[in-house]
Parts: sequence; structure tokens; C-alpha cells
Amino acid sequence: MTVQPTGLADYNFAYLDEPTKRMIRRAILKAIAIPGYQVPFASREMPMPYGWGTGGVQVTASIIGPDDTLKVIDQGADDTTNAVSIRAFFAKVAEVSTTTSTAEATIIQTRHRIPEETLGEGQVLVYQVPIPEPLRFLEPRETETRKMHALEDYGLMHVKLYEDIARNGHIATTYAYPVKVEGRYVMDPSPTPKFDNPKMDQSEALQLFGAGREKRIYAVPPYTSVVSLDFEDYPFEVNRFDEPCALCGAEGVYLDEVVLDDRGGRMFVCSDTDHCEKRRAAGHRGAMASEGTLA
Amino acid sequence: MAVPLIVSDVSKSFTMHLRGGVRIPVVEAVHFSIEAGQCAVLSGPSGVGKSSILKMVYGNYAVDVGQILIRHNGALLDLARAEARQVMAVRRDTIGYVSQFLRAVPRVSALDVAAEPLVQRGTDPETACRRAAELFARLNLPEKLWELPPATFSGGEQQRVNIARGFITDHPVLLLDEPTASLDAANRAVVVAMIGEKKADGVALLGIFHDAELREAVADRIIDVTGFAPQKAA
Amino acid sequence: MMTQGDSVSPHPEPIEGRGETANPPLRQAQGDGLPALAEEKPLLSASGVSKFYGSRIGCEDVSIDIWPGEVVAVVGESGSGKTTLLNCISTRLMPTTGTVAYRMRDGQIRDLYRMGEAERRFLMRTDWGFVHQNPADGLRMTVSAGANVGERLMATGARHYGNIRATAGDWLGRVEIAEDRIDDQPRAFSGGMRQRLQIARNLVTGPRLVFMDEPTGGLDVSVQARLLDLLRGLVTDLGLAVVVVTHDLAVARLLSHRMVVMKDGRVIETGLTDRVLDDPRAPYTQLLVSSILQA
Repeated sequence: MTVQPTGLADYNFAYLDEPTKRMIRRAILKAIAIPGYQVPFASREMPMPYGWGTGGVQVTASIIGPDDTLKVIDQGADDTTNAVSIRAFFAKVAEVSTTTSTAEATIIQTRHRIPEETLGEGQVLVYQVPIPEPLRFLEPRETETRKMHALEDYGLMHVKLYEDIARNGHIATTYAYPVKVEGRYVMDPSPTPKFDNPKMDQSEALQLFGAGREKRIYAVPPYTSVVSLDFEDYPFEVNRFDEPCALCGAEGVYLDEVVLDDRGGRMFVCSDTDHCEKRRAAGHRGAMASEGTLA
Repeated sequence: MAVPLIVSDVSKSFTMHLRGGVRIPVVEAVHFSIEAGQCAVLSGPSGVGKSSILKMVYGNYAVDVGQILIRHNGALLDLARAEARQVMAVRRDTIGYVSQFLRAVPRVSALDVAAEPLVQRGTDPETACRRAAELFARLNLPEKLWELPPATFSGGEQQRVNIARGFITDHPVLLLDEPTASLDAANRAVVVAMIGEKKADGVALLGIFHDAELREAVADRIIDVTGFAPQKAA
Repeated sequence: MMTQGDSVSPHPEPIEGRGETANPPLRQAQGDGLPALAEEKPLLSASGVSKFYGSRIGCEDVSIDIWPGEVVAVVGESGSGKTTLLNCISTRLMPTTGTVAYRMRDGQIRDLYRMGEAERRFLMRTDWGFVHQNPADGLRMTVSAGANVGERLMATGARHYGNIRATAGDWLGRVEIAEDRIDDQPRAFSGGMRQRLQIARNLVTGPRLVFMDEPTGGLDVSVQARLLDLLRGLVTDLGLAVVVVTHDLAVARLLSHRMVVMKDGRVIETGLTDRVLDDPRAPYTQLLVSSILQA
């Protein structure tokens, strides 16, 4: 990538220098070649604190080109500080066009959600990952967890699910729910709600995961099997919501609880703001929607 | 019928390494054989090596020189040279042993102690325990003791558990080391009857009995162990 | 056979209890009744195993066969090399020289140190058990008793929570732990209970060979007796082959069929347990036996 737009004399295209991007692309290619395997990479200091998506930003910076259209979401929303800042960052350092529309985006960087709208071929979903190691809380030694992955020694993962059922009567893990990729590697899907797990399976889009602080990149290529771990008698189930979105009336989507006042008033609305807005624009209305609530 | 046990030219000594390596000869050139359906009795004053001979035949003491041939599952095996696990197999299937003292295992009931040799040979535990109970009843062991571990039993009670344990199987060779030493007359009579039944079943018995009257009652043959005393010169 | 003069040699040949020939000439091997003994092969065969720590000897030139269903006690004082030997033949410690062969369930004889690690781990958690002196080394202290027992099942593919839990409950019963403790963590258990839990955790996959390192060490005498009795019962019922390291000759007498006496890293006497204890031949064995305190 040698594009050097005028007016950006102080920055290389997309902030990172070319050798760094090449190094990260190599890691990404390896990750794609071994679905679910965590590839170490030389994570760089980025102009934002760890935990704000430094891993995702480095992946995005390494794959983005001048013709790409970038969407950034944070827990499904395009309008949070984090999402707005990252979008602005790439608009500035890569001069790419940005969007909030899922369908229009070629690259979607996300923190903790997968858009409701089904992604298609040619789209890339970049996840920001805080802790890439699904076995971390069961086995703290990295030397041992790497060996467990290498030997497909995953009994411990089910021990955790067993403990969940023994304590709660059901699998109480609701986010960062472990999955097995292409029948081989157990992977942490990042702290997305387990509601989103089925969307990862056989997705037409390329899914890339970047963990900046932990210096790991992993990937799920298009059309790859992603299976949520479970027991035969306690099968994997997605979160269910009792009511539809209060604004757009959508059912079968992931909802956020919004506290309205200090007297217990609350509403449940789509976590995916783009999806909700599009539905309302198309005339769908939920129980608490009024003309004034839009935008 | 084939001879079940031949002891041939067996010698035994103890080397006491903690006493400057002094060598204590026990027996020399022991030779005898026993026959099916007969009870042979080792005789001689105490300290002459009767018990050592019995222990060598059972594999409990090592043999310095000589052979102890046992007919085990249709073949002859030299116990003096057999590997440990062969000796174990012989004990399981061929040679039974009633020792003088019971080595009690914590928490194991008298019934289970007596039934163990049968269970080891594959009898189901329930049947084996029923058989042990029959023997206990016959030996007049008070029923309230049956479920208790024998560690706290009196000498005579422990001995009866031991007898039941030795007689419960149909081993073709049975060794008896003073089985009646702590028994009263009535129970001694039971043991004499039981030995008679073993003989009738074709079992070859080899025993040590201090009680002369009992010896008379069971012995078909006396083996005088004084003849195997070590030569002073050696 | 040992004669007096041998004892002066610094490295006397180990005393093989009853006679020097492995195949006694008089055994007419294939008699009509004894396939069990004549055709059986050792489960594990260590030959010429040595382990040096620098110039210090851990164990030297040890050869030992473990046969199916037999309990072999390795005795000796601290530093005699018994634990080093145990670790070498259980693949926990790579020997400096020597081979350890194992007869797999399919009858194949395999060199344990030429096996891939994945296969070795699988072997260790299906066909083997390892009971540590300190239960905390062999248990997961922060997961429930049920999960501790169930882990091996889950690691080998069990995926039915109800069945796993039922099996775990059954095993807790067999090691005399009340079933209502199934969801408690071993942290809340007494030392004896922890040790029994560790045994259940090891036996749940029906192993053929179990290694034990001072299993009763550190327990009260009364607790020890109960554990020994339990072990005796399980070993007989399951037909386990066991290699148990102990410095306690009473434990060896109670549990084992065969004994291996070690001193300064070398085997100095082997044989039937009651033979070694009642007619000890090597000077050191005589010292060991004469040093037993009578209660």
C-alpha cells in the first residue's frame, strides 16, 4: 500500500507504517489458513489506550484500502464515543468513506456485537478482542493453554460448562460463549452476546479478531463451521426476549435495556442502531415509539 | 494319581547382615513328597525348621538350593525358582495355607477375610460369603463376630477365621501350620473332621501339629524333620 | 542366588527373590489349564531406565515389568530414587537412558517416549491414573467434586451432562463421599476425603494402570486405614495394576503383591511382598524390615 494522500505528510496511509502492516497481514493470512488458531503478532502502540480497540484498529489499518467503506460499532451502536472516534480516526488517516449502514460497509469494526443484518461475501467483520484465550480462566499458564490447543485437549472447557449447570441449573454463560471452529480449535468469539454465535457459523463474510494488548490475531474465514459448545441434554440456546423492540417492533433481535427514569421505568430497544433506524424508516413502529424518538 | 508336591534336596539358611553377615543354617537336603488324599505331618522338636519348610513350600521363604515341584494347572513348576507372579498364581489356584496367626486388615469383616480366597478365584462375593458363614457356623464362631474385623478377636476366634479361610477353597494342596493350637477340644474335633473330608476329596495336606493326639488322628505319614538338620561341619 | 560375598560389592545385582532364571526349565509351559499365566504379557516394561540430575543419580539401570492386575510397591527411604523411578515410568520425567514399553488396549506394544504427546496425554487420562501424595496436585481445587470426577469423561468426549453427573455421583459413593457433596469444592473437604476424591477422579475412565506416590502420606492413621481398605477393595474389584511408591512397609504389605526395594537409585531386591518382608535377603532390606516400629 503506497498510497500517500496529500495533506497527510505526517502519517502513512492508515496510520501504520508499511512494514508493520505487512507483518500484520502475514499474521492475518496465517490466521485465515488455520481457522480459530491464535496467531501471535507484534502489536504496536496505538494512539488510544488498551481496551479501546487497539487490536481491531491494527487489523483494520492493515486491510483497509482507499476504496473501502468503513463502519464502526460499539455494542451495536454507531454513535458511541468509541465508535465515532475510530471512524473519525480512519476518515482522517486513510481518508476512506465511512458509513453507519451495515449493507454499505466493506469493513465493519465491532466491539461486542455482530450486526443483525446478514453479512455478505466481500464484507469483513473486524472484532476488538480483550482476552483471546478461552481457557484463560480455567488454566492460567499460557504455556499450558497453548499445549492444550495444540493437542486438542479441551475437556476443561466442558468442565466450565458443567460447573455452570451444576450451580445454576443451566449454562449461565451469556457472552464470550466458547465455540469450536471447523471442528478443531476452541475459540473465544470476544465478548459478543451468545445471541450472536449462530451468525458466525457459515458466514459469507470474513471474520477477523484482533487483541492488541494480548498480541493475538485469529480468524474465521467465510463459510466456516462455528459450533457453540454444549451438552446433549443442555443444548446451546440463544438469549430470548419477552417483548419486541420498543422502538421498531423487531423480534428475534438482540435488545438493550434502557433505564428511562429513577422510578423503575425502562424500555428494551434494538442494540443494533442501524437496523432499528432502517426499520423505523420503513415504517415499523414499536410500543413506545413516537415521532419524536427518532434520531 | 500324579504326585502333587515334591520337595527335593532343599536347603535353607538365613544370612544376618546386621549381625556381621553370620549365616544361620536352617535345614539341609530336605526331600519328601506328598500324595493326594493323604495328610503328611512334619514332626520334630521346635526350632528344627518345620515352619520354615512349610513357608518355603508356600513361597514365603526363599530357597537357597534345591527344588520344590508343584503340580500347578497340569504342569510341574519349580517353586524355588518361580517368578513372584507364578507363586501368586500357585497360591490362588493350587496351594492353600492355614497360618498360625491371622494378619488382620483394618475394617475388613471376618466373613470377607474368610471369603477372600474364593473371591480371588472368581466366585461372586455373595456366594463366597455364604460359604464362609457355613464354615464359621461349623467352627462355632459366634455369629455376632462375623461382620466384625477380626483384629480384636481372641486367639481362638482368629484361628477359626484362619481355618475357614484356608478350607473354603478346593486347592489340591493345603498347608496347615498349627491350625488348632488355640482351639478347645470340640473345635479341634471339627477340624479333624474337616481334614478328613479334604482327604476324601483327594487333597494333599502337609501340616504341623504340636498336639500328639491330633497328630495321631489325622496323619497318614510322619516326616521327621530332625533328619534334615544342618550338619554342624557345614 | 545371593551369597555372603556379594554384599560387599558396591553395586550388587538386585536380588530376584526366588531364583535367577526367568524361565524355569521345569515349567512345561503350555499345559492344558493355564492360558491366563502362560499367554499374558506385561502391561508395562521398563528396561535399563536411568535418570541423572547432572552427576547425581536419580535412579540407575532399573528394569521392571508390571503385569496386569498386580500391585507393585516401590519402597526405600527418601532419596532412594523411588519417586524418580515412578516419574520415569509414568512419562512424567524423561529418563536419561532406557526404554519404557507399554501394551496398549489394542495389544500393540509401544515405546512411551516415542509416542506423540497428544497420544500420551490421551493414554494418561484414559488407561492410566496418577494419584499424588498431595491431593491438591491432582485435583482442581476450585471446581466441584462432580466436575473433578467428570473431567476425564468430558475430556474423552462425554457430552451428556446427566450421564456425567450420574457417573460422578456413583464414583463418589464408591470412594465413600456422600453424594450430596457433589457440588462442593474439594477446598471444603478433609485430607482423607480429598485423597478419596482424587482416586475417584483417576478411576472413572476404567484405567488399567495406576501410579500412586505415597497415597497415604500425610494422613492420620485412622484415615490411612480407611483409605488403604478402600484401595484394596477397588484394586481387587477393578483388577487394576498399581505401582505404589511408599516408605511405609505396612502399607506395602497391605496393598502390594510384589515389592521392589530401592537404595541410592538402584533396585537392590525384588520379590513377592511377604517373601521380601519375612525373609529379606539384601543387607539394606534387612535393616529396613528390622527398623519397623511395632505398635
